[in-house]
This record gives sequence, C-alpha cells and structure tokens, in this order.
Amino acid sequence: MNLLTEPVGLTHYLLVGAVLFVCGIVCMAVKRNALGVLMGIELVLNGANVNFVAFANGNLRSDGPWTLGLDGHLIALFVIVLAAAEAAVALAITLNFYNNHSTVDVDRADELHG
Amino acid sequence: MNDPINWQSFYFLLFGLVACVFALAVVLSSNIVRMAFYLILSLGSTAGLFFLAGADFVGSMQLLIYVGGTLVLLVFGVMLTAQGPFVSLKTRGGEWILAAIVGGALFAVLAQRAVSIRDWRGPEMPVTIAAAGEAPAEEAAKPDAAKPDAAKPDAAKPDDTVESEPFDPDGTRADEARAEEARANKAAETTASTHPAGRHVDMRDTRTATSIGMALSGPRVDSLGEPGAAPRAGMSSYLLPFEIVSVHLLVVLIGAAYLARTKKRLKADA
Amino acid sequence: MAQFFAESVGLPWAVAYLVTGLIQCALLIVVPLVGAMAFVWMERKISARIQDRLGPTRCGGKFGWLQLLADGLKLITKEDLRPSDADAMLFRLAPYISFTASFVVLLALPFASGWAAQQMNVAVFFILAVLGLEVFGVILAGYSSASKWSLFGAMREAAQVVSYEVPLGLCVVVPVLVAGSMDLVVIADMQRGLFTNWFLFHDPFTFITFFVFFTCATASVNRAPFDLAEAESELVAGFHTEYSGFRWLAFFMAEYGSMFTVSALGAILFFGGWNGPIPIVDGLASLFGIDRAEPSFGLWLVKLLGLLNFVFKAVLGVTLMIWVRWTLPRLRIDQVMKTCLKYCTPIAAVMFVGAALWTGVWFPSGMPWQTNVLGTIHEPAQPAPMLVEGPGPAAPVVEKAAEPAARTARTTDLHEPTSRDAVQHAPVQSGGA
Repeated sequence: MNLLTEPVGLTHYLLVGAVLFVCGIVCMAVKRNALGVLMGIELVLNGANVNFVAFANGNLRSDGPWTLGLDGHLIALFVIVLAAAEAAVALAITLNFYNNHSTVDVDRADELHG
Repeated sequence: MNDPINWQSFYFLLFGLVACVFALAVVLSSNIVRMAFYLILSLGSTAGLFFLAGADFVGSMQLLIYVGGTLVLLVFGVMLTAQGPFVSLKTRGGEWILAAIVGGALFAVLAQRAVSIRDWRGPEMPVTIAAAGEAPAEEAAKPDAAKPDAAKPDAAKPDDTVESEPFDPDGTRADEARAEEARANKAAETTASTHPAGRHVDMRDTRTATSIGMALSGPRVDSLGEPGAAPRAGMSSYLLPFEIVSVHLLVVLIGAAYLARTKKRLKADA
Repeated sequence: MAQFFAESVGLPWAVAYLVTGLIQCALLIVVPLVGAMAFVWMERKISARIQDRLGPTRCGGKFGWLQLLADGLKLITKEDLRPSDADAMLFRLAPYISFTASFVVLLALPFASGWAAQQMNVAVFFILAVLGLEVFGVILAGYSSASKWSLFGAMREAAQVVSYEVPLGLCVVVPVLVAGSMDLVVIADMQRGLFTNWFLFHDPFTFITFFVFFTCATASVNRAPFDLAEAESELVAGFHTEYSGFRWLAFFMAEYGSMFTVSALGAILFFGGWNGPIPIVDGLASLFGIDRAEPSFGLWLVKLLGLLNFVFKAVLGVTLMIWVRWTLPRLRIDQVMKTCLKYCTPIAAVMFVGAALWTGVWFPSGMPWQTNVLGTIHEPAQPAPMLVEGPGPAAPVVEKAAEPAARTARTTDLHEPTSRDAVQHAPVQSGGA
C-alpha cells in the first residue's frame, strides 16, 4: 500500500483537517439538540487546529522552508484556550435556555420569530 | 511485505482514520450521549495526530484542556439535560439533504486545494546517506521503532539534539552528545551495509515546550537566526496575547458561572 | 532489541519491530497488573492489622498471598450482568476507558535513568493530561448504568477529580520549576547524590508542596478519605454499583494502577526517583568501573538497582495511601470541595510563587550543600538501548546526513540559534527590541 510505505505529507493532514471541519459544519447545521451544535463548533475548531499544526512542521512539505514554525503551535494553543472559554459560555446559555423553556431543542427557540 | 512499513505513516493512518470516522459518527448519530462519546474519541485521536506532527506540547494541551476540560464540561451539560425525550432528537430528511450538499461542496473545495499542490504530497525521497555511502536508489523511508502504544513524540534519541536546543535548561549535555556521536560513528561503520536507507521524518523538532514557554514570556528563541531587522519586527513575543487571553478566561468564566447559576425554574414561556 | 531480532535472528524488519513492540508492551503492562493485585493484597493485610484482625490467611500459606489469585479467578468466572435499561455499548466500554487512561500513564513514566517507554520532553504534562481522562470512564459508567445511585456517584466523582486537577497541576509545576524541565528523567537525575539533593529538601516551599501534592493525588484517585463516590454507606457503591465480575475488576485495577502512578510521580518529583538516599548506584558504578556512557551489562545491573529503588519508593507511597484510608474518616462532598477550593488551591498557588521567588530571585545558586541547581554540569544520563527504542544505531547516520541538507533548507525553524552565545544574549536583546 502506497500510504503505508511512504511518509505522509502536508496533504494528508489537510485532508483530515478538512474532514473534521466539514463534519463540524454539517453538525452545526443539522443537529436539533443545542449541545449537538456545540459539538459541531468543537469539531470545526479542531479541524482548524490540525491545519495549523500541520503547517507548523517543516518536514511535511518538500517545496522549501515555508513553515509557520512556532507561530503555528502558538496559534493552535490559543485556539484551544479560546475554544474552552467559548464552550463554557455556550453551555451556560444552553443551560439557561433549558431552565427557562424545559427543552434543549433549538427548533423551539422561536420566541422572536416574526 | 517487500518494503518496510513507515511506522509514522501507519500511525498517521490509524489516528487520522479514527478521528475522521468518529467525527462522521458524531454527525450521523442522534443519541446525544453517544455523540459526546464519539467526540471524545475523535478529539483524542486528533491529539495523537498533533504528537505525530511534532507538536508534543500542543498535543498534551489538547488532551489536558480540550479533552480533559472542555469535553468534560460538555459531557456534564449532556448529563444535566439528557432526560427522556431529549436524548434522541431526529432531524428531518430535507435538512439532511441540504446539509449534505453544502458539506460536500465545501469538502470538495478544500480537498481539491489540498491535493492539487504537488509539493505538499510528501517530503522528497530519497535522501542519500553520504556518510555511509549508500546508493541513492534506495526507496521507502526507514522504519522507525515499533510502538503499539499510543503517541510517538520523540522518535529520535533526544540527546543528540543538544546543539540546537537554545537555552539548554536540562543541564549541559555537550559531553553526552559527543559520546552519542562517537557511538553513532562506530555503529555506522558496522551497520551501514545492512540497514535500509532512506529519509525519515525528522522528529527532532518535537522539543517545543521550551520554545513555547520562552515565546509566551518574551524572547522568541526559535527565530534567532533571522538576518536583518525587518523580519525581527514581525517576530514579536506572545506575551500580550497571553495576558489578554488570561483576562479573557477570567471574564468568561465569571460570566458563565453567573449565567448558569441556579435560579427558580420558571414554567415554559414565562 | 529490534536490531537484535532483525540481524541476529534474521527476521524481516517489520516482524522484528512487531516482536520487539510486543515484548516491551508485555513487560510494561504485566508488571503493573501484577502490582495492582499485590496492592489489593497489601490493602487487605494492612487494613486488617489496623483493625486488629489478621486478614486473608488461608490461601497460599500463612500470609494468604494467593488470595488475590483466587479472587481474580472468581471475578473472571462470574456471570456477566447488565441492567436492561443500560445503554449497552457505553456500559460495556466504560471500564476499559478508565483502565486505558490509568495505564497509558506508564508510557511516559521512567523506571530508571533512561528506561522509559517513551522518554518525552513533556512527560509531566502528558501524565497530568492522561490522568484527567480517567473521569470519562466514570461518567459513562454512571450514566449508562441507568440507576440513580450510579449517576449521583459518577457526577460527584467527576466533579471531585476535575476540581482536584487544578491544585494537582500547581503542585506538580513546583518541582518542574525547580528542575527547569518537564522531562521526568532529567528531573530525577538532577536529584542524584545524597538525599539532601532531593527536591523535597530543596526549599521549604517544595517541602510543603509535597504534602499538598499527596493530598490532591489521593483525592484525584478517589481514595479515602475522599472516596464518597464509592462509599457503601452513602451511595450503595457509586458509579460501579451495577458492575460485577471482570468489569468491576477493570475499574479496580484502574484505581490501584492510578495509585501506583501518582505515587511514582511523587517519588520522581520529590524523592529523587531511582536515586536513593545514599548514592549506592553511583558508588557501585565507580567501584566496578562502569562507564555511564557505554551500554554494558554492568550498567544494566546498576540501573536495575535504581529501578528497584524507585519501585520501593512508589510502593511506600501506596502504603501511605492505604494507611491513611483506614485511619481517617470520610469527607462529605461539600467538605471535599471546600478542601480543594479553600485550602489546597490557595496553598499550592502560594507555594508556587514562593518556589519561583526562591529559585529565581533569592537563592538562584542554591544552598552551599546542593549540587542539583539549574545549569550546573552533571554527569549526563544515557538512555539505555535496552528499553528505549530510538530508531536504532543507524538512525544517527541518517540524521547526521540529513542534517546538512536540512539545515540549509530550513531557516525559520523551531531550533535555529547559531551559537550558544547568541542564545545567552537573546533575552537581553529582545527585551529591548
């Protein structure tokens, strides 16, 4: 098998990142449970992180020393921290919604519907 | 099997497949608790991918903070709200089709860009071993050590990278590196003829913890070799974002704790 | 070892690596498994003596050491029960998640100088991260059991473990601060020599930090007096109420395994790991003329002594945990949370600041009798080729050859200082830049 004997390159990491990202987008669009939407957000952020970390490594590409280096790692670090903060707030909002409306179904959040 | 397996590719396949498959499972499942569980597995494999890409600090951070913190929070939220009818909420078919079209289009665009750049496909092979006089026609990368366990952050011996370690807080290991070189030269003479040559992904870049720590507090020790002042101007440290993020976390957590405090439970639509 | 298999025995490389991996895996996992069973026996005997009785005395002679084997056999042959309302997949999977998280820690834990399955640069961080993953097994077990007691117990235990991760992390950072590295081998090797080199005696802040660390570690593995999540008098049996037979055994091996790993972590961080109170190992090495830079059978024996020393210290830690369990009364959940938030965390934070001031500002070159200060030249620790798998002796050949090509190619790379002097001047420069 080609993949097993040759070293992986940037493309493979980017494909994995793309899959995670698209799964996150679809999850955000499709799920009716508010916590499902939150899981989609986590997947999106992780897809982006995979991309950043892949670009930060200088050994995965053969067209020259174009690497993000430490910046890629640090950006990924900040994304992780900010994702944690945003997950906390989103969860607080969801719990508030659940306490007020006794449901987590986002389709029922239509009080402002015209 | 004719060619030795490139173990880094094998582990990449393993972690990558697990991450992608469980991300798909999150999308396709409708039971919220199982979705949470699949998400944990997916993000855990992503941490493995980070370790493979040479980011051991970011990988550990992912496990500690994302999986061990954010996902625990998420699972707590799931446990608090997964009562009865809310465990499984199904979406209508029309929405699935629309989402599939959008998702498929987005994935096609991303994948096409990823695959179309030829130089991203893989590192150049082969690299000739000038010291041992191997023929350049050797193909397939050198197999790394087999580790059936999880992550593989340091494939190389960590000791012979001491020349490039900036601050060397581990104590001076210069004499250690010299002993290593002596051993390597001795070994090279004896094993050069039998060992399959080829390039392996240089994992010496995995010692990122010190550089990250220094960058967060001031000096960018990874870019000292930059000539001229112009690039230096853009290579500022990450101290200010670090402080901002710290204050941001404080504010966010106070806000979240206030928002989620127990109030009297109102009736629906009150 | 892989090279031995490939060249002397003549196996193809892939198979050689597989065999090597399996042997090392077996070594790594069997020892703690047997150790966990031994800890159960120790617990039964010690608790018995504390309670003025004898404990198991029938199986295996006077000391009942085969009792654990009998218990294991019984648990394996028990009927496999599952509540009908339980979520089948999660119910079956939960014990193995706990088990896995508890034992993956051994991947990064070194047993002697250079003897680690994977000698990581961020070993401490990795261990902290993986210890925190055990909570998922608990939560999933509690939820999927479809029982009130299980859910309450699981929620309480998860809250407790997650809360105590914070002071545990702070306590662990203090010896990392003193050592200047997160690599456990480096931390332990800095404590070579007489016991005054141990980080425990390095400064008063580290001394107090050990006690806070031990408290947080005990809470983190849900041992008494913090074990209300599995307390029979309170919650039937908490999250493992519905588990029996082999799955219960998996949970308990996870618990005793975690006890061993946090004790081992404490031993490395504070008690010098495999470096004893008196430098026997170094003495023997110099007596027999064993050069630490050259792998040899003598060096292997000397490191084995270090391993025994280390395991002895870890077992002492476990014994201390067992002793404390049967001495102190259990805490309520609000008392547990209060201890964490009002006592452990502030004390750990103050210790951290104090240790930072001590090592950075007040006494940067340490006390006169200390030789374990940052920057002093130590005899280097060589990773033994036995248990640490690098790419093999041919790898340095590949790296040295790839290095000239790589160095010219990479300019904005992670490690790129041109000389040591440039590095020394760097902090001063960027301060003004």
